[in-house]
Amino acid sequence: MLLISCPWCGVERPEIEFRYGGEAHIDRPAQPADLDDHQWAEFLYMRSNPKGLLAERWRHVHGCGRFFNAVRHTVSDRFVCVYKTGEKCPDLEALAREGAQ
Amino acid sequence: MPDTALYAPATTEGASVVSRPDVTVTRAAPLARLAFRGDATAAGKAGAAFGASLPMAPLAANPVGQRAALWLGPDEWLLLAASGTVGEEVPWALAMTLCDEIATAVGTHPHALVDVSERNVALIVSGPRAAALLNTQVFLDLDEGAFPVGQVTRTLFTKAEIVLWRTGPETFVVECWRSFAPYVEGLLANG
Ligand SMILES: [Zn+2]
Repeated sequence: MLLISCPWCGVERPEIEFRYGGEAHIDRPAQPADLDDHQWAEFLYMRSNPKGLLAERWRHVHGCGRFFNAVRHTVSDRFVCVYKTGEKCPDLEALAREGAQ
Repeated sequence: MPDTALYAPATTEGASVVSRPDVTVTRAAPLARLAFRGDATAAGKAGAAFGASLPMAPLAANPVGQRAALWLGPDEWLLLAASGTVGEEVPWALAMTLCDEIATAVGTHPHALVDVSERNVALIVSGPRAAALLNTQVFLDLDEGAFPVGQVTRTLFTKAEIVLWRTGPETFVVECWRSFAPYVEGLLANG
């Protein structure tokens, strides 16, 4: 079982307390009605799906209940860092250059 | 028994769930319970009216006499209150009074306040083997260094969500939803 750090609780907790929330920093279109079907499908379904570092949403559902963001390596499953909702996305390329894997 | 004036053992039949020399599990008498959500301003006003300030530090509890405010999340608290007389009934009058006083104090500042007195039941787990018994179903490190006295958290008891509060070196309180209680009690009795 993974241990995941929650930035709200400030502690590591077992993976079973958390739920995955998909890729982070996907903004809902300001005017959904202005989008055509293709653009709407892009927003709904298309994700970056990298082999490497990914910023994603997690929810500490059986702890503090809050959403937060985490950078995880999709190959090693290693959590590189976590940060609160609303905080800026770390520079993933810089993290990769620093050897996060 | 817990090192807080809040929890008293229930007087009802079957209140003693586990009774071994090294660990006991006892149902606690009913309490008034309120779920409060809001920002720091709302929490400040609520705490002043409630009689125990709502802790802003993660995983913190603030027991004051027969009141306690438990941090559950950055904008969420569980408020507990005892009436002073141990009975089999939820202290409804107390719950209603507290609701009124807190709602009045917070006023129009955005918040949510819900009476959940009857949603939860509490189990007092006490004795040298208390942590070991809980760890048969709870996935946290309950060593005193990692989970010190006073710490409170929502977590999982196998498949049931609970609020776990360490009220003493060898004493924990498990607040669980009423419908989960037979499951939690059964696993503790067989643990
Ligand atoms: Zn948390």
